[in-house]
Amino acid sequence: MAAEIGHFALILALFFAMLQAATPLLALRRRDAALSIFVEHAAFGQFILVVVAFACLTYAFVTSDFTLMAVAANSHTTKPLLYKIAGVWGNHEGSMVLWVLILTLFGAAVAAFGDNLPDRLRINALGVQGFIGLCFLAFILLTSNPFARLDPAPPDGNGLNPILQDPGLAIHPPFLYLGYVGFSMAFSFSVAALIEGRVDASWARWVRPWVLAAWCFLTIGITLGSAWAYYTLGWGGWWFWDPVENASFMPWLAGTALLHSALVVERRQALVSWTILLGILTFTLSLIGTFLVRSGVLTSVHAFAQDPARGVFILGILVVLTGGALTLYALRMGALKYGAPFAPVSREGALTLNNMLLSVAAATVFLGTFYPLLIDLMGNDKISVGPAYYQITFVPIMVVLLIVMAIGPMLKWKRDDLLAVLGRLRNPLIASALAVLGVLLLTFGRSAVAAAFFGLAVWLIAGSFAVLFRRLRLGSVALDTSLRLARTTPRAFYGLVIAHAGMGITVCGITAMSTWATEKIQLMRPGETLQLSGYDLRFTSIGDAAGPNYQAQRGVFEVLRGGRRVAQLVSERRFYPVREQQTTAAGIRTNLISNLYVAIGEPNDAGGWAVRFYYHPLAPWIWLGALTMALGGFVSLSDRRLRVGAPQPALRRVMVPAE
Amino acid sequence: MGRLMALVPITVFVAVSAGLGLSLSNDPRKLPSMLIDKPTPAFRLASLDAPGGSLSNDDLKGTVALLNVFASWCPGCRMEHPTLVALAHKSQIPIYGVSWKDPSGARWLQANPSPYVRVGDDASGRLGIDLGVTGVPETFVIDRGGRIRYRYEGPINDSVWQERFAPVFAELRSEPQ
Repeated sequence: MAAEIGHFALILALFFAMLQAATPLLALRRRDAALSIFVEHAAFGQFILVVVAFACLTYAFVTSDFTLMAVAANSHTTKPLLYKIAGVWGNHEGSMVLWVLILTLFGAAVAAFGDNLPDRLRINALGVQGFIGLCFLAFILLTSNPFARLDPAPPDGNGLNPILQDPGLAIHPPFLYLGYVGFSMAFSFSVAALIEGRVDASWARWVRPWVLAAWCFLTIGITLGSAWAYYTLGWGGWWFWDPVENASFMPWLAGTALLHSALVVERRQALVSWTILLGILTFTLSLIGTFLVRSGVLTSVHAFAQDPARGVFILGILVVLTGGALTLYALRMGALKYGAPFAPVSREGALTLNNMLLSVAAATVFLGTFYPLLIDLMGNDKISVGPAYYQITFVPIMVVLLIVMAIGPMLKWKRDDLLAVLGRLRNPLIASALAVLGVLLLTFGRSAVAAAFFGLAVWLIAGSFAVLFRRLRLGSVALDTSLRLARTTPRAFYGLVIAHAGMGITVCGITAMSTWATEKIQLMRPGETLQLSGYDLRFTSIGDAAGPNYQAQRGVFEVLRGGRRVAQLVSERRFYPVREQQTTAAGIRTNLISNLYVAIGEPNDAGGWAVRFYYHPLAPWIWLGALTMALGGFVSLSDRRLRVGAPQPALRRVMVPAE
Repeated sequence: MGRLMALVPITVFVAVSAGLGLSLSNDPRKLPSMLIDKPTPAFRLASLDAPGGSLSNDDLKGTVALLNVFASWCPGCRMEHPTLVALAHKSQIPIYGVSWKDPSGARWLQANPSPYVRVGDDASGRLGIDLGVTGVPETFVIDRGGRIRYRYEGPINDSVWQERFAPVFAELRSEPQ
């Protein structure tokens, strides 16, 4: 019964989306307020209906209703409740429902909190959002119905892929989708602005919070995914340049660029047309990611069940949405107003450089992801692109970006003097030089590359704080004046400092992991000890253990340093009978500075076990830094200016006629 | 000039979506037809599991065998590993391994039970290119004459084995010597 209600709710939501997409055309021509209100109500209605459908699907998973194909294929009665719920989005059909749920959530949020937006912009944006909803609801209903029945129903289900049964991964997709579906707001607002033919500072002020929120969630989502890979795949890697990881990373890069260019639009009314283009492209990259994962053009661990019909459908959506938006862009770009000119050395100049670098970085990743497909299309060769490619293309771009990241916030708007700026950055420069020297001395000059990257990281962190200290005029005025300044400094400013410093923390982690991580793989019998980087790992015991839906062999280890016990680590080899699959649960001890990581492997005939032991210095910083970036985003999001929005700028509004 | 610039994004997008559209007809799990029924490309790789030994295309002749391209850094390879071990030990399928672009392949083989008769080290990825490998794991069925008869991309599990490989194997084994 619940399934029928859910199915019906989805169909009804499709009609609401249709109305939401079509009514603005009428509402704006007739200038009829009632029709505008209707668009908002359609957005609410669509959201509520999708919530109902999602709840019905969740109910089917929780109660293990195996008459549903999606449940039978992905769930099992013995699965813990958390994974029954996570199973809702652990498959293609259910994850699409989550996708649309988040899409309509954002639509409803605009309808609910968009009072301070100009009427036409709000209605147009809602219309575009409704059209996106229409496309994806049609996609779900026509190609991937989550409520399809199975007759006869099997006595039990297939279970969820064991490597996905993990708390971190259970919440990874919702965050990821909040991120890249959230970028649909940038798209809708960009298209709405193009329809209007008008973009001004207040437009940027309205769009930025939505983009910022999406960006924060995407950052968390990617971080969770990376941390998951680190501890479940059992060999300590944290990023693989897998096509599907790239699919989430490209919108992140474009979204980061968008955040910064929208800032220029807001403050200086420059880069308008570029920002609109970025708004369209960021969401397009999200759509391309969806296409990649679900069409089967590339194979990957993440790939869902592959069905070319779905690929064709998503490609159709992509062509209609992005193709339409870019055509509109080509028609209207000439009418967009260009802002005040600025000197190359200025805040705008630095932000433009930031945008160029991030776009080139995104293009690099795009090329790396699609190059194998391209080559395949041109000839018969099949090739693959690995980490080596990204090391020589992506990393150098990032180096330049890291250097600029500390300089940019120090620059004045409009025009500045580079020498004067470097003067303001004297302390970060010194700190960075000391870091390079320190690392060189400590490693006896062997890790020159690592030293350089640590120098960069310190430059970035110290540079971020230097910006803050300068703003508070710390040292040049009395302390209580500084404190007063600290109170009046907008939160967005603190957000900047935190996020940039977070990036520096991540760079430290990546550098240390790529340079000084050590590992040892050895056959061990209980009672034996191995040494690595000053630690002794003693294999205490091995025994059987049972989990809720798996059997495990549990190895217990003791880590000693200089004879003192540091930690006890437990690693399990788990066998999931439902899927006949084996997984490894690593034992990790972290003190937030370094990780000790042990994973137990196969036994051999002589009673020994293959044990992998890793020492990962600064590894936690990779994710702590990324979470710090997201925190910076949230702090910035809590800024009053963003919440209240622009004062209704009836007089200041820059009127630009449409063509 | 400005007019032309405005057309750049849509032009690029049309090209990209045309490419994506074409790629839909391209199933990465299918062998490029040119390699099917052709002799395995000539190669000689240093052996990873027998020091001083080697693995060459001549070693593959004489039996119906699997040639499995893998890497220790590839999660899919780890997923299929238990299946391969079972195939090698229970079903006595000869499996030859190619460790692809993987500096730590030898260590991984020491730490895990090996399903392989012999593993060659394709550190440069040269053989991978000759075989048209797009990603790991990828598995080829080689007939008695050393010709490639079937290719599969992605991890092998029991159902993949039953549905895709077992029929090919049965057919090739029944072929006259």
